[in-house]
Amino acid sequence: MKHREFHFDIVGKRKIWYIIALAVIIPGLLICIFSGLNLGIDFTGGNILEVSYQSDVNLADVRDTVGKFVDQTPAVNQGEGSQFLIKTEEMEENESQALRDALSQLGQDMTVLRSGRIGPVIGSELLSNARWALLLAAILMLAYITFRFRFHNAITAIVALLHDVMIIISIFAIFRIEVDSAFIAIILTILGYSINNTIVIFDRIRENDKYGGQKNFPELVNLSINQTLNRTINTSIAVLILLLCMLFLGGVTTRTFIFGLTIGIVAGFYSSVFLVGPILVELHNHSKSAAKKKPVPVKNKVAKNSK
Amino acid sequence: MRNQSGIKLVVTLLVIAAALVLSIQPLVKNTNLGLDLQGGAEVVLQAVPDDGTTVTAEDMQQLVTVMNNRVNELGVSEPIIQVEGNDRLIVELAGVDNPEKAIEIIGKTAQLEFRDPNGNVLLTGADLEDASAVIDNSETSDKMNQVSLTFNSEGAKKFFDATSRFVGQIIYIYLDDEVISSPMVNEPIPSGQASISGGFKTYEEAANLAALLRGGSLPFNIDVLSKNTVGPTLGADSLSASLQAALLGFILLFAFMILYYRLPGCWACVSLVVYALILLWVLNLLNATLTLTSIAGFILSAGMAVDSNIIIYERIREELRKGKSLKAGIESGFKRAFTTILDSNLTTLIASIVLYYFGTGTVKGFALTLSIGLIASLFTAITFTKAMLRWMSDVDFLSDKRLYAGNLQ
Repeated sequence: MKHREFHFDIVGKRKIWYIIALAVIIPGLLICIFSGLNLGIDFTGGNILEVSYQSDVNLADVRDTVGKFVDQTPAVNQGEGSQFLIKTEEMEENESQALRDALSQLGQDMTVLRSGRIGPVIGSELLSNARWALLLAAILMLAYITFRFRFHNAITAIVALLHDVMIIISIFAIFRIEVDSAFIAIILTILGYSINNTIVIFDRIRENDKYGGQKNFPELVNLSINQTLNRTINTSIAVLILLLCMLFLGGVTTRTFIFGLTIGIVAGFYSSVFLVGPILVELHNHSKSAAKKKPVPVKNKVAKNSK
Repeated sequence: MRNQSGIKLVVTLLVIAAALVLSIQPLVKNTNLGLDLQGGAEVVLQAVPDDGTTVTAEDMQQLVTVMNNRVNELGVSEPIIQVEGNDRLIVELAGVDNPEKAIEIIGKTAQLEFRDPNGNVLLTGADLEDASAVIDNSETSDKMNQVSLTFNSEGAKKFFDATSRFVGQIIYIYLDDEVISSPMVNEPIPSGQASISGGFKTYEEAANLAALLRGGSLPFNIDVLSKNTVGPTLGADSLSASLQAALLGFILLFAFMILYYRLPGCWACVSLVVYALILLWVLNLLNATLTLTSIAGFILSAGMAVDSNIIIYERIREELRKGKSLKAGIESGFKRAFTTILDSNLTTLIASIVLYYFGTGTVKGFALTLSIGLIASLFTAITFTKAMLRWMSDVDFLSDKRLYAGNLQ
């Protein structure tokens, strides 16, 4: 085990970090606006098919067969014995017929118990409810961070959080990955992770400010990021170990979910190391230059005149 | 003193090991798994409109809302409710192995009506704003289970009007065409408050009715078309693979912590076990349902528990590198790490509590696991991890600085 000490000038090269982040987000959001996200059957609704067999049929075989006929991940659900409930994206009648024919090859005497159209699981009500709850949560977090740190920190935390969420949305949009009900869980998890990472850096900046105030602000921020870098790297590695195991060895149905979390962890790492510090410096400089422009010169003049 | 700390360490380890071994079976047996992880019952309902009317898409949407409210009220977590075709509804309920029971829960139409002595409808469930179960022991010595009703402004007006017209007569309260209460009107009631008493053998029965009424009356009658038992939405084969992968993931995570942080890394693993035990037991006692989203909450809070440990050990290392003694290093490292951990956990906890109160379904399950997980992780970090590190530094053969900070050069 070697001791790692870092001396990266992260604040100085901040333009590069902004460009990298925007290079992912802008194309992603453009695709999002023009062709939308690839919404799964949880959002769009689709077809339902229920079949039963006289002989034993494997769940994985049914899923594979259905998978050949559809683009989006079908929801295949085994009932009692060899009875299967299959939910797919919307299909034309001839496609649906072809699917039924293929399924009937899997076992003896397949009977179709049900076949028809179904509506979405995730209605607009659930989504708008989640949206309001998230907005309120964001406002309260802003208040708490302002109370414990400064308003600048609160703004920075929200920007970092938006970055992480937009990266996930962009990756899902660019690679046309299906958005299903687990997407809500992915977004929520990443929000928590992002805030946690950001606060750790803020805390270090606050502490260094208190004990070693001789440095200027950008240097202070650089020092704090470098000091916490071991922790940021190790925590990310720890969580990634778990996620990568589940991504490569876990079941197919949880794969999108785990993939989303993995992207989120990487985005969270990037924003907390490369964006949080620079943005904080940016806000700091802005308020300092704004303060300089106004009252200070007047006071100096008065002082000079009275001499 | 030194010996005592050594003994405390060993005893604590043994207690945790025993708790782990004894917990596995009851936890596995009693944890409620959601529809996505375990499956449940599926009921298909057919809307039956009143004569001369047709069922519109809006009606079906309203039916979905009412059903969602109802199922949530009754504590069955995260149902899947979908419209099928034009006038059918699929309701899937987790953990209900007997479809008959599912129908009992949701199949009740709970159409509440107040009728005059001639059988004319005065008010319906649509005039209702709130309903709750109360135990009234003011009038009689027997405890009476009641459902107390609050009408909305429209309903209050109607109720005032009705009670004014029928003073001295009986108003019948029907639930699904069955008289459940027939109170005598003593005087006009302008307040919009009423209660249904009698007919409830237990408080639970009253509470169930209140829940059904709060959830809303259905816009029309429904018939049960079919009922089935369904497997997990995510597929049983897929889930067992994910579970094995997660187990391997945790083993590798433990290996990483021990290789990198050495002795404290071992304690990180033990404290992760303590954290997981607390979280799972609390969820168990709350009778919470575990779904894929609660697993997301679990992964996030486990990540934050690991993070707390990492923050503490990194800090201790820094202090030791400054040349402090092991004990001083542990104390000041812990103290400094603590504000960081508190701030980051509290910020996330605030968000998580808001999501629990205002979210529905999926979001709620996530927020519950995350909130409890954060508290459990905070608790283990400030009590358990700290005590362990202190005790360890008292034991001679465990107090070599290299076991904590590696090469100090």
